[in-house]
Amino acid sequence: MSLQVSEVKKIAQLAAIAVEPAEFELVSKKLSNILDVFAQLEKADTGGIEPMAHPLDQTQRLRDDLVTEINLREKYQAIAPSTQKGLYLVPQVIE
Amino acid sequence: MHNLSIKQLSTLLQSKKVSSVELTRYFLDRIQTLDGEINSFVTVTPELALQMAEAADVKLAAGNAHPLTGIPMAHKDIFCTDGVKTSCGSKMLDNFVAPYDAHVVSQLKALDMPILGKTNMDEFAMGSSTESSFYGATKNPWNRQAVPGGSSGGSAAAVAAGLVPFATGTDTGGSIRQPAAFCGISGIKPTYGAISRFGMISYASSFDQGGPMARSAEDNAWLLNAMVGFDERDSTSLKMDKVDYTAGLNDSVKGLRIGVPAEYFGEGLDPDVAVVIKQAMAELEKLGAELVEVHLPNQHLAVSAYYVLAPAEASSNLSRFDGVRYGYRCENPKDLNDLYTRSRAEGFGAEVKRRIMVGAYALSAGYYDAYYLKAQKVRRLVRDDFIKAFESCDVILGPVAPTPAFNLGEKTDDPVSMYLADLFTIPVNLAGLPAMSVPAGFVNQRPVGLHLVGPYFSEAKLLNVAHQYQQVTDWHKQTPEWIEGGRQA
Repeated sequence: MSLQVSEVKKIAQLAAIAVEPAEFELVSKKLSNILDVFAQLEKADTGGIEPMAHPLDQTQRLRDDLVTEINLREKYQAIAPSTQKGLYLVPQVIE
Repeated sequence: MHNLSIKQLSTLLQSKKVSSVELTRYFLDRIQTLDGEINSFVTVTPELALQMAEAADVKLAAGNAHPLTGIPMAHKDIFCTDGVKTSCGSKMLDNFVAPYDAHVVSQLKALDMPILGKTNMDEFAMGSSTESSFYGATKNPWNRQAVPGGSSGGSAAAVAAGLVPFATGTDTGGSIRQPAAFCGISGIKPTYGAISRFGMISYASSFDQGGPMARSAEDNAWLLNAMVGFDERDSTSLKMDKVDYTAGLNDSVKGLRIGVPAEYFGEGLDPDVAVVIKQAMAELEKLGAELVEVHLPNQHLAVSAYYVLAPAEASSNLSRFDGVRYGYRCENPKDLNDLYTRSRAEGFGAEVKRRIMVGAYALSAGYYDAYYLKAQKVRRLVRDDFIKAFESCDVILGPVAPTPAFNLGEKTDDPVSMYLADLFTIPVNLAGLPAMSVPAGFVNQRPVGLHLVGPYFSEAKLLNVAHQYQQVTDWHKQTPEWIEGGRQA
């Protein structure tokens, strides 16, 4: 299987990873090799088999709706790239 | 001192023949002298270690310390450690000083086990050679031209070189067992859910499982006692009965039925590795175990299923790294999208980006059924194979890896060949079963690991079998020649 440049562009967009135009060919080749590994699944007979998401077929545990964490905003924001008055700063979104 | 077992170190500490500060200084000195040769640590934390050792000595002096108190250790750099850089082997987290402790870190801190530092790993645990680390490759102490395996290659190499008696690891597709095998140490991946994932940076959450890496099965049993346990903060943590994993170590293996899957000894297995594994089978037979042929007919599909499911989970888990709240942010972003996409392009390495993209593709509209759902169905087939096999045997035996450690650089240009290095370990993660790697010999002076796989919650049985094997063999006691005091096979 070989991915087209347009498909690589779409995948990069879904993954939110910038891919330089010069890299498209190499990325496409490496991804295509991995997709060839996927292709082996086609041979598997999975008729009547339920998908398995958890090894012990457990579902997510629920807990009581109680506050369990204390506010550590200052500690957590100390490692942020850019903050102001308790808010995370990013480039301006709305003019 | 660096060749002593956890039990021996504990006895020395408890009888006050050595203090935790002395022991900690001894290992810190070894790291300083020897780690330049193998690059097994990303961060060394001497101040923290000595401060913890002093606290341990106070408890030891009072005479009521836990048997593990005062024994130095190291954490794979995937475990968040409060106030210590936790990089996950990535440029993305090169500036990340964790603001809290992982559950496993808290558990071992509570026992006053001094933290010597954080060990090297494949970036975000995605790899089988520890070559994809932002901090450079770790080298195999047995042959410094060879890889230590991965992703927990730093932990494996550090233990093998006697830089630390024990280190933590994580195993998503073989990342404890394969480096343990390549470096000639013992490591166990418990049943999925046995050890909390809280604070362990996520790769593929339905597979990720922490565990100990040390010299012997006995060492691992002691450590597992301290690490297994329910944690409210991990939504897939299991409520299990408390087990003392050391209690059954000395049980006889007479009459134990060991399943040998015919599929493990076919194409792809290095014939010299097969010889080593067959010798181990003969040793276990001498101890009274019975070998039974079993079949795992869908195992050949496991690698394909894993490389759909694990990247799919990774693409979701790693979406949190966006340059906003912590971690790497690109210079001069022109808008919000540029901030996201360029921070991720510059902060992640090539293999991590590949897996995120492959995962995003597998989950995208039009491919979800063909890839993701299909792989989840194959996952059940692989698991059901094991359950059926365990109807006629108590544990399953085979090789951990198809070859001994390969050379640095040998597989870096071909990701798919790297993936196939995990063909024996991956099925176990799909099934969520416990499994361990036990040193079983050498091929070309490179260690070979014996793989033991058991039914759910059979950790104590695996450790018992491995311990009995280690009573009649000394592969786990051997150390590389260049390390002072060592001897080679």
